[in-house]
Amino acid sequence: MNTETENKTKEVAQKTERITGSEAIIRCLIEEGVDILYGYPGGAIMPVYDELYKFRDSIHHVLTRHEQGATHAAQGYARISGRVGVAMATSGPGATNLITGIADAQIDSTPLVCITGQVSSHLLGSDAFQETDIVGISTPVTKWNHQVTKASEIPDVIAKAFYIAKSGRPGPVLIDITKDAQFEEFDFSYKKCTGIRSYSPIPKININTIETAASLINQAKKPMIIWGQGVILGKAEAELKAVIEKTGIPAAWTILGASALPTSHRLNIGMVGMHGNYAPNRLTNECDVLIAIGMRFDDRVTGNLATYAKQAKVIHFEIDPAEVDKNVKSDIAVLGDSKESLAAILPLLNAKSHPEWLQEFKDLYDIEFEKVIKNDLHPTKEGLTMGEVLNEINLQTKGNAAIVSDVGQHQMIACRYADFNISKSNITSGGLGTMGFALPAAIGAKMAAPDREVIAIIGDGGFQMTIQELGTIFQQKTPVKIVVLNNGFLGMVRQWQQLFFDKRYASTEMTNPDFVTIAKGYYLEAKRVKKREELAEAVKEMIASKEPYFLEVCVEKEDNVFPMIPSGASVSDIRLS
Amino acid sequence: MNEEIKTFTISVYTENNIGLLNRISAIFQRRHINIESLTTSQSEIEGVNRFVIVVNITETQARKVVKQIEKQVEAIRAYYHTDDQTIYTESCMFKIKSALLFEEPQIQNIIKDSNSQIVTVNKEFFVLEKSGRRHEIESLRRDLNVFGIMQFVRSGRIAVTKDEMKITEMLLAFNNQ
Repeated sequence: MNTETENKTKEVAQKTERITGSEAIIRCLIEEGVDILYGYPGGAIMPVYDELYKFRDSIHHVLTRHEQGATHAAQGYARISGRVGVAMATSGPGATNLITGIADAQIDSTPLVCITGQVSSHLLGSDAFQETDIVGISTPVTKWNHQVTKASEIPDVIAKAFYIAKSGRPGPVLIDITKDAQFEEFDFSYKKCTGIRSYSPIPKININTIETAASLINQAKKPMIIWGQGVILGKAEAELKAVIEKTGIPAAWTILGASALPTSHRLNIGMVGMHGNYAPNRLTNECDVLIAIGMRFDDRVTGNLATYAKQAKVIHFEIDPAEVDKNVKSDIAVLGDSKESLAAILPLLNAKSHPEWLQEFKDLYDIEFEKVIKNDLHPTKEGLTMGEVLNEINLQTKGNAAIVSDVGQHQMIACRYADFNISKSNITSGGLGTMGFALPAAIGAKMAAPDREVIAIIGDGGFQMTIQELGTIFQQKTPVKIVVLNNGFLGMVRQWQQLFFDKRYASTEMTNPDFVTIAKGYYLEAKRVKKREELAEAVKEMIASKEPYFLEVCVEKEDNVFPMIPSGASVSDIRLS
Repeated sequence: MNEEIKTFTISVYTENNIGLLNRISAIFQRRHINIESLTTSQSEIEGVNRFVIVVNITETQARKVVKQIEKQVEAIRAYYHTDDQTIYTESCMFKIKSALLFEEPQIQNIIKDSNSQIVTVNKEFFVLEKSGRRHEIESLRRDLNVFGIMQFVRSGRIAVTKDEMKITEMLLAFNNQ
């Protein structure tokens, strides 16, 4: 790689020092401000672990119980802090076990740097022990990847990796380093990467487009905003709030956009998408101007594209040109960083309010409350609902907790009902829908934000996909709070089987072990709740605990999540039952 | 939704890095697009490679694919063009028994009429080379096939565009930043 011509680097005279490739790797991580990394040792990465031992006072390595857990923990770290998460693994199976987390980070735009050991360069391509073509395997799910076979490449490649992972639309990067390059000595110096000539991370703002967009917004009678994670990644929460408050435009969020604006904000009209709120889904097809900010019109958001917001003019604020017109054709595409674009458009927007239009959202909310929300949050039937658990957590944390959810029914309930006062507080696997995400992600989130209350909400299915990370929690003494909502089913699949496959419950019922005993086996405080009257006290005890805490709540076995836009249906056809 | 499928020539300027071919071809594979031909070589700029990829897709697909290619860190720029926006050619080679040159005098006329060149001749075989459009090469292949072809190979399309690419200016602008 001829990084000299590619990278614009600071022209600073650097002192060099003769060190090994593996020491260089750790020194580079420290230069990039890495304080914690997650990983699992093995043959091909052992020289680096030896250096980690020497540098253990400057950089904390967390031994997860599986490499997948390392990537998810790094994701949790990145999602709550906005910093780059780092994961490390050995060659072969160590590297392939990272792939699920990398794919998750790719689709959810999470900045990760993953470092894998590789067999010595003379063995490459020989089917050596624990050799796998991880660069080939990870290509479709990384923003960038690279194999290093010479120690002298390490500083430039790692500098480039961090720059690519965090700039523009963030994403995961994988660096594969052969064992001989780890052993090799070279003259070390480090320069941060500040630019790559073939890569323009942030498109330049076009002021004409901003003006056209502003004039369209100013003329709108029924405008609606849908924001996504682009607002959080762009650190544009204040700019979004200012735009919403000045224009009085009702604003909805995608699952990954949640928490960028407090839940209680009067113009926050809820979540769009398959299990989103009734009003924003229905009224997507009634608004006259749809303003999408840092979101990508995922199919779980739009339902059937042929009937999605056809009446509306669409303005798309987006950093990634490849997202523009990918799914929904926009009338105006405002390319650029969301923080800059929103700040630029704000002075051009008229101060307004839309009381009648806002009332339409309130009326539909009332319908949803009567038919769905009331029964979820304040049930009168005997069995516990997932919704009332979330309601109890809201009451006791006052919306200040970070909620890390897994995938399935409990995730939809958590995203629908969790109250958020603070941005970057909804940590969940959105695009990939990775079961097993929450437990390790919660570890990373808690470590990155030790002062925050971090609560993992997990189903009984997903919990068992990465349950071994209880060992990491025990060893690291990470005070995460774990709530398993146990319905004895893979609940979301069971719901689909009930609704669309005539209740043929093929392989969705789970015969579960005693989760409390398992948690206690890892020496965690643990409790099980089966009755409503025990819930508030148990949640209180969990929140009060300074240690990690495991709470199993046995909920109704066959509850469904509503509202629901059936797959392939229109957002207008959202069902309340 | 019944957009016309056309032949598009996709031109990509890239850094010269291992693995980029994989990254670019994966973009087509993921969308179930068959690559008709792919050629890569040095471009007019030192150290910059150029891919010429021919696909039969709709213009909407072409637009999206080009954006996905440009999104790759090491892709400098990507463009799509229709046939009438490019000057393009392919090249081919035939290996034929030398005896036929004497036994079938018609072959000499075919060579002359088709503007193809004899690259080499020895006792056993001779090699014929021709550049041109696909239909010209195909017609030559059909003509020669009557007499028997020992080997035939055709390259992918190479193409230059009628409009300017301005890559040099782009790279200069980066260097001057």
